[in-house]
Amino acid sequence: MSIGHTLLGLLESGPRHGYDLKRAFDEKFGHDRPLHYGQVYSTMSRLLKNGLVEVDGIEAGGGPERKRYAITEAGVTDVARWLATPEKPEPYLQSTLFTKVVLALLTGRSAAELLDTQRSEHLRMMRVLTERKRHGDLADQLICDHALFHLEADLRWLELAAARLDTLAREVTA
Amino acid sequence: MNPAGPLLAARGLHKTYGHTKALDGAEFSIRPGEVVAVMGPSGSGKSTLLHCLAGIVTPDAGSIDYQGRELSAMNDAERSALRRGEFGFIFQFGQLVPELTCVENVALPLRLNGARRRDAERTALEWMERVEVDDLASKRPGEVSGGQGQRVAVARSLVTGPRVLFADEPTGALDSLNGERVMQLLTDAARSTDAAVVLVTHEARVAAYSDREIVVRDGRCRDMEHAL
Amino acid sequence: MSPGPRTRDLLMGVRFALSGGREGWTRTLLTGVGVGLGVALLLVTTAIPSALAARDARASARSEHTAPTAEQPGRDTLLIGEADTRFRADEVHGRLLKPEGPDAPLPPGLESFPADGEMAVSPSLDALLKSEDGALLRERLDQRITAVIGDEGLIGPGELAYYAGDDRLRQLGGKVPRVTGFDNSAEPEPLDPVLTLLILLVFVALLMPVAVFIATAVRFGGERRDRRLAALRLVGADARSVRRIAAGEAMAGSVFGLVLGAGFFLAVRQSAAGVNLFRLSVFPGDLDPAPWLAVLVALAVPAAAVAVTLFALRGVVIEPLGVVRTARPARRRVVWRLLPPLAGVALLYPMIGQGDEGGEFSQWQVIGGVVLLLIGITALLPWLVEAVVSRLGTGGSVAWQLAVRRLQMSSGAAARLVNGIAVAVAGAIALQMLFAGVEGSYTRNTGADPTRAAIMAMIPSGSDAAGRTEAVARQIDQAEGVTRATALTGTELATTTGDPQRTAMLTIGSCAALREVAVLPSCKDGDTFVLDGGDDPAGAEEIAKPGRKLYAGAVYGDDTAEAVRWMLPADTRRVAARPDPNGEKRSGVLATNGAAPRNLGSSGHASVYIQLDPSVPDAVEHARTAVLKADPAITPFHLQDTEQSGRFVSIRTGLLLGASCVLLLIGASLLVSQLEQLRERKKLLSALVAFGTRRSTLSVSVLWQTAVPIALGLGLAMAVGVGLGVVLLKMVAAPVAVDWTAVASMTGVGAGVVLLVAVLSLPPLLRLMRPEGLRTE
Repeated sequence: MSIGHTLLGLLESGPRHGYDLKRAFDEKFGHDRPLHYGQVYSTMSRLLKNGLVEVDGIEAGGGPERKRYAITEAGVTDVARWLATPEKPEPYLQSTLFTKVVLALLTGRSAAELLDTQRSEHLRMMRVLTERKRHGDLADQLICDHALFHLEADLRWLELAAARLDTLAREVTA
Repeated sequence: MNPAGPLLAARGLHKTYGHTKALDGAEFSIRPGEVVAVMGPSGSGKSTLLHCLAGIVTPDAGSIDYQGRELSAMNDAERSALRRGEFGFIFQFGQLVPELTCVENVALPLRLNGARRRDAERTALEWMERVEVDDLASKRPGEVSGGQGQRVAVARSLVTGPRVLFADEPTGALDSLNGERVMQLLTDAARSTDAAVVLVTHEARVAAYSDREIVVRDGRCRDMEHAL
Repeated sequence: MSPGPRTRDLLMGVRFALSGGREGWTRTLLTGVGVGLGVALLLVTTAIPSALAARDARASARSEHTAPTAEQPGRDTLLIGEADTRFRADEVHGRLLKPEGPDAPLPPGLESFPADGEMAVSPSLDALLKSEDGALLRERLDQRITAVIGDEGLIGPGELAYYAGDDRLRQLGGKVPRVTGFDNSAEPEPLDPVLTLLILLVFVALLMPVAVFIATAVRFGGERRDRRLAALRLVGADARSVRRIAAGEAMAGSVFGLVLGAGFFLAVRQSAAGVNLFRLSVFPGDLDPAPWLAVLVALAVPAAAVAVTLFALRGVVIEPLGVVRTARPARRRVVWRLLPPLAGVALLYPMIGQGDEGGEFSQWQVIGGVVLLLIGITALLPWLVEAVVSRLGTGGSVAWQLAVRRLQMSSGAAARLVNGIAVAVAGAIALQMLFAGVEGSYTRNTGADPTRAAIMAMIPSGSDAAGRTEAVARQIDQAEGVTRATALTGTELATTTGDPQRTAMLTIGSCAALREVAVLPSCKDGDTFVLDGGDDPAGAEEIAKPGRKLYAGAVYGDDTAEAVRWMLPADTRRVAARPDPNGEKRSGVLATNGAAPRNLGSSGHASVYIQLDPSVPDAVEHARTAVLKADPAITPFHLQDTEQSGRFVSIRTGLLLGASCVLLLIGASLLVSQLEQLRERKKLLSALVAFGTRRSTLSVSVLWQTAVPIALGLGLAMAVGVGLGVVLLKMVAAPVAVDWTAVASMTGVGAGVVLLVAVLSLPPLLRLMRPEGLRTE
C-alpha cells in the first residue's frame, strides 16, 4: 500500500496539518497499524521534494507537525494515475483495494471505473490460470483453483463495495 | 486474434421496457472463434443485450449486423430461421422440454430445421458423446442432475453447428465443479468448431474462460480490451 | 376453547384461498366462477319443475274446462267461448266473454269485463298488435283494446292472450259453456313411461357433465397450490394437515362458487321474463327451486369439492422441497375401470322390453344405470388415453412429437380435460338415438295433404249444419289468399232409429266438394253416390243399397232434432273413394246438396276445407282471420303431413338447449385449464422460441395435444353413447337403429367446442411465447 498516495488523496479534499493527516489516515485506513509521526514527516518531505504538495502555512511554534500542506496540480494528477492503475492481482490485496475505493469516493471519483479496471486486470490473470488449469495435472489444477478463488473473492468484494457506493459515501463524508 | 472482421456487431442499441432503460446506446462486436464475456451488475442490461444480439428481441433503435445482414430489418420468421440455423442457446435452466428424452431434446433443433428423426437423433447422440452425456440419451430431463441437464443443453446448443453460441448464465444453477465442466466443454466445443460465444455471466471464474470481457453498466457497454 | 388442529388447518386453507395474494385470488375466482356456473345450472334445473307447476296452476285457475256450470242464465253466470287462434307460429289464447249477471266470475288478470267489441290483451299481444308485424293479426282481433291482462292471468310473460267481450255469444248456438267459476281439476294425462324415461335421461345426461365440470373447476390452479403446500411442509406442516389445508382451500373456493352461483341464478331468474325460448317464457317468480333441492345443492357442492381435492391429492406426495407425483404411477388397470359401466348395463338390462307393455320403469334403476354408464366414461377414459398414447409413435413432425411426449407424461390431466365433454356427448347421443327410435310412435303420419287443404275448419256441432256450413264456406272463400273453401257436412244413415246396430256415413256437399272425397266421372246437383273402397266399408255395405228407405240425421235419438226419413235414390251410382284432405278414405253415401235430406237440424258435423294460394304471402293468416270473422267458435286445424306429440317436441328442444349450454360451460373450463397449463410452461415456451422454434410449430403442438385426447374421448363417448342408446331402445322395445346423423352431429358439436377452445387459447399462447418470458427468472 502506498502511504504517499493515500496521504496525497486525503489532501485532495483540502489543506491539512501533518497532525490532522495522521489522524485522518488512522481513522480511515490505519485500524490496526497507526502511522508514526516520523512516517508522516518523511513521506511529506518526499512529496514536497517531488513537488506533489506544497506548504500552505506554518503555525507558530514551528516543528514539522505544525506545517499545513496542500496538494499541487501535479499531486492531483499523481493520485488519479495511481487510482486508475489496477493493482497487480495477488491474494490479500484487500487493504490496497479498500484504500483505493475509499479514496476514490473521498475525491469524488467513480468506484465503478476502478472496479471495471481492476476486474479486467484480474481477469487477465485468471485467464492465464484457467488456461494453465486446462492443460495441467491435478496439482496444477488445485493450485490454480486456489488462486482463482482468491482473485474472484477480491472482485466480488469490489463489486459489493461498488454496489454499496451510496452507503459508503455517506459514511466516508460524514 | 482473428484478423477477419466481426461476425456479429451491434452499435447504438436502445431498448426500453416500460420506464426502464435496459439498453442505452450499447455497442458490441465479436469475431469468429472468439469467446466474449458480458459482465456487469444485475439489472444492467446484460440479458437484454444478449436477447437483442440473438434476434430474440428487437431493439428500439440501433443496428445489429450479422455477416452483413441487418437483424433489425428481418421479420420474425427470418430471425427465427437464423436462430435455428446459425445460433445456439444455453440458458440457466428450464430450457429442456420435460416430456422429451434427452436425446430428443438435443435433436430438437435439427428436427426444427427439417431433419428426419433418425438422422437428427444420430447426430444428437454424437454431440452427447462429446459432452459425455450419451448414457443419458433415453432419460428425461427430470431424471438427470442439474449438471448433466446443462451438459445436455450444451450438446443441444451445438448440434446444429452454430456460428454464434449465446450462453446466458449457463452455470448459474450449478455448483463450482459442474460449472467448470460445463464451461470447459462449452468453450472446447466452440473452439473446435470456430464458433463465437457470447457468454453472459456475473462470475469472474466463468468469465475467465473468455478471451475478453465487456462490461454493461446502465445500458452502456465498456469494451475493456480497448479501454486499457 | 381454541379450535382443534383439524379446524385450524381447514381455516388456514380458507385463509389461503382468500388472501393468497393475486395468484391466490385468481385461483379462488376461477374456481368460484366455474363452480358458480355449475351451481347456477343446477339451480335452474331444479327450479324447472316448480316453474312448470306454477304455469299449470295459473292455467287451471283460468280454465273453463271443468268449471262449475249452470243451466240457466243467472246473477253469477258467464258465457265463455273459446276463440284461440294462431299467428304465424305462435298460439294466441283467446276467450270471448259475456257476463250474464253482476256476479259473473271474472277471469284472473282482469279488473272488469270487456264490453262488447272491446278486449283485454296480454302485454306481449299488445306489443304485437301495435307492431307493424302484427298488423295482419290486428285485422283479425279488431276489437278496441281497453285493458291489459295482469300477470296472474297469464301462464308466462311472453304469452299472447286476449279476452274479448262479445254479445253474440248468446246467439252462437247453445253449446257455449255457461260457467260460474274457473277450474281445471281434470287429472293431467299421466306421462307414459317412455316419456318419463326420456325426461329422466335428459336430466341425468345434462347434470352429469355439470358434476364433472364442477369437479374440474375445483382443481383449477392445482399445480401452483401444490407448490404452496410444499412450502408449508418446509415450515413444518405434516402430510395430513397439508391435505386438510388443501381441503379448506377447495371448500372456500366452492362456497365462493355457491355464492356466485346463487348470484348467477338470480340474474338468470331476473332476465327470464325477457327470454322467450322455444315459445316458452317463464315469470321470474315461478323460477324457484324447491327448498330441499337448494339445500342439497348448497351442501353437496362443497362436499364434492373437498372429496375431489382429496381424491386428486391421493397420488401426490407433497414433500417439503416440492411436489412428487408417486414416482411412476401404477399402470392404470382396465379391470376395475370396467366395473361401473358393467354395473350400469346390469341395472338397465332387466328392464329391456318393458316399454312395450306400457309397464313402468323403476326410476332409480334407470338413473342408477345411466349414471354408472356415464361415470364409466370418466373411469375408462384415463386408461384409454394412457394406453393409446403410450403406443403412439413420435415420428413425423416436431409438433406431433412434442404433443405425444407431453401426453405420455401426463395422460391423466389430458383425460381429465375431456371427461366432461365425453360424458355430455355420450349422454346426448344416447338420448338422440332414443328420440329417433321412438319418434315413429310419437310422430304420426297423418296422411293429410296440405296442398289440397291447408286448413280444416270444424264447425261446432249445434249449429244448423248444412246451411250454415255453406255460408261460412262462401265467406271464407272470399278471403285473400284462399284458393277454395269447400264445405262438407256429414251425418249418419241407419235403417232404424233409436239404437241402430249399424250406421253408414252420409256426406253432403256440392259436386266440387264431393270430388274431394270421391272420383266422380260426372256430377250434377241432385246426384247421389255410394263409395267403394273406403276405409270402413262394413256399415255402408249393409245399409247403403239404392232404393232403400233410410233414416238420416239423429239416428241415435237427440233432444233437439229427430231423424229424418230419406230414400237412397235408385239411380245412385257406385264411385271410387279417394282420400279426403285429411288423408281419410270415406265410406258410405255421398249426396249433392239438392239430393240431401232436409231438416237435419244440428245433428250433422261439418267442416270447411280451405285451400290456400301459396303465392300469396301470409295467406294462412288471412284465412285464419276469415274463419274467426265467420264464426269465432270455429277452430281451424292446420293439416300437416306429420304431427308430433307436443310434449315430445318440448323434451327434445330442452335436450338440445341443455346440451349446448353444458358443452359451452365445459368448453369454458377447458379453456381455463388450457391457459393454466400454458402459463406453467411460460419459461420453456420462451426458451423454445429463443432457439428458433416456429410459433406455428408450438401452436400446432398444442392443437395436437388437445385433439388426441378429444378424439379418444369422443370415440369412447360414441361407443358408450351408442351402447346406451341401444339398451334404451331395447327397453322401450323400439327398433334398434343407430342414428348416425345424431351421432355425427353431437360428436361434431363436441369437437366444435374443443376447436373453439383451441382457437381461443391461441392468442394467449402467442403472447406467452414472447421473449419477455425469458426475463422473469
